[in-house]
Amino acid sequence: MLSAENLRHSFGSVRALDGISFSLPEGRTLALFGPNGAGKTTLLKVLAGLIKPEVGRAEVSGGRRAVGWIGHQSSLYGHLTVRENLLFWAQLYDLPASRSGPRVTELLERLGIAERADTPVRVLSRGQMQRITIARALVHDPQVLLLDEPFTGLDLAAAGEFRRLLGELASQGRSVVLATHNVDEGVELATDIAFQLRGRFVHFAPRAARGSAEIAEEYKRAVGNGGGGGG
Amino acid sequence: MGEVLRHAWVIARKDLLLEFRSRTAFVSATVFAALVLTVFEFGRDPTAVNTNDLAPSILWVTFTFAGMLALNRAFQLELENQALDALLVAPISRTSLYWAKLVANCIFVGVVEAIGLPLFVLFFDVPVGPILLPLLGVIALATIGFIAVGTLFSAMVSRTRFAELMLPVLLLPFMVPPLIGAVQVTAQLLAGRPLSEAEGWLRLLAAYDVAFLTLATLLFPTTVNE
Repeated sequence: MLSAENLRHSFGSVRALDGISFSLPEGRTLALFGPNGAGKTTLLKVLAGLIKPEVGRAEVSGGRRAVGWIGHQSSLYGHLTVRENLLFWAQLYDLPASRSGPRVTELLERLGIAERADTPVRVLSRGQMQRITIARALVHDPQVLLLDEPFTGLDLAAAGEFRRLLGELASQGRSVVLATHNVDEGVELATDIAFQLRGRFVHFAPRAARGSAEIAEEYKRAVGNGGGGGG
Repeated sequence: MGEVLRHAWVIARKDLLLEFRSRTAFVSATVFAALVLTVFEFGRDPTAVNTNDLAPSILWVTFTFAGMLALNRAFQLELENQALDALLVAPISRTSLYWAKLVANCIFVGVVEAIGLPLFVLFFDVPVGPILLPLLGVIALATIGFIAVGTLFSAMVSRTRFAELMLPVLLLPFMVPPLIGAVQVTAQLLAGRPLSEAEGWLRLLAAYDVAFLTLATLLFPTTVNE
């Protein structure tokens, strides 16, 4: 469960968050759409505790230990191998050695990159690195996932597998906030849809039975030309 | 406290492993130290000034600037793929992060100094054998204070433009007390004077370490919050 109450935050004269309030119960997936500069990343950073908002408060039940985070970059160390990277993050989340090894192997197999376990991250392709980034965010089995453009760089097969994995995690009671430019990717997973524009939610509602075409149309109407078709 | 130290060691070990694999900063710092010593060796006039009068300053100028190269790298590692964001989201204390960088920097600079000291002896023919133990103690005392402040400033400037320029500009004024203390104690040791005569300087170095380790530990969390 996570909640936000009247979040306001600015960078100089640019208002990134302008009174955002919402709550997301366990097992729900919020797809967050908005044009560049709408404040999606700032919202995720506030929810993750990376930015302290000027006004309002955000709360994640379980605190930072419960959060799985994917930002714009991988947060991986190029000179460590894939396995060393994941074990490092597992140690910071206090996973015992008896659990972290099998957990890393399980994630690498699930994400189809087990054969690269002993490869230094710096030689991986963009898509492979994104799969490891996903594994990094999931290594401690978080209850809340905050994902900023998580499909970036993934090929069709990897994106499909990641969607299935997210679906499973949500069905197991995890809350997911997913900021994405791609309406198709976000809608398929979402139980709730939000459109963000100039720091505000201009639309926040359950997805219900709406399909991606319908939502893409609503998105264009809600954000106007600034929407750029789903960005 | 146990958890803070455990997390600090996990991060410090990772930093040292990264440096061991890449060797980027290590090579830069040791080559830089060797070059500074070489320039001083050929740039001085041994007939005009006694080597023992110059040697302490040369040693500490070398260690100071080589150490700054090491400090610059501490937070650059975390910025490369925005690993710092994931570290700040992880359930670790900001204090763990500071102590991790402090420990890794101390070990790293210690290794650079361990290579620089024999080079210094080789170039300047300074008899450090009889005073090696107290000299190592002084180096450790001054280095800890320097790294304590330097790690804090390194975090502050790492996300700014001209970070590599900003660090020495900010750090050098704070380096004056330990640098003077270290040069004075080193001079006394090289002159064959008993360590007890340098007690005041040693107290200054110890007080500086305690004060700045405490201050930096308290201030660090505010420097990494966005």
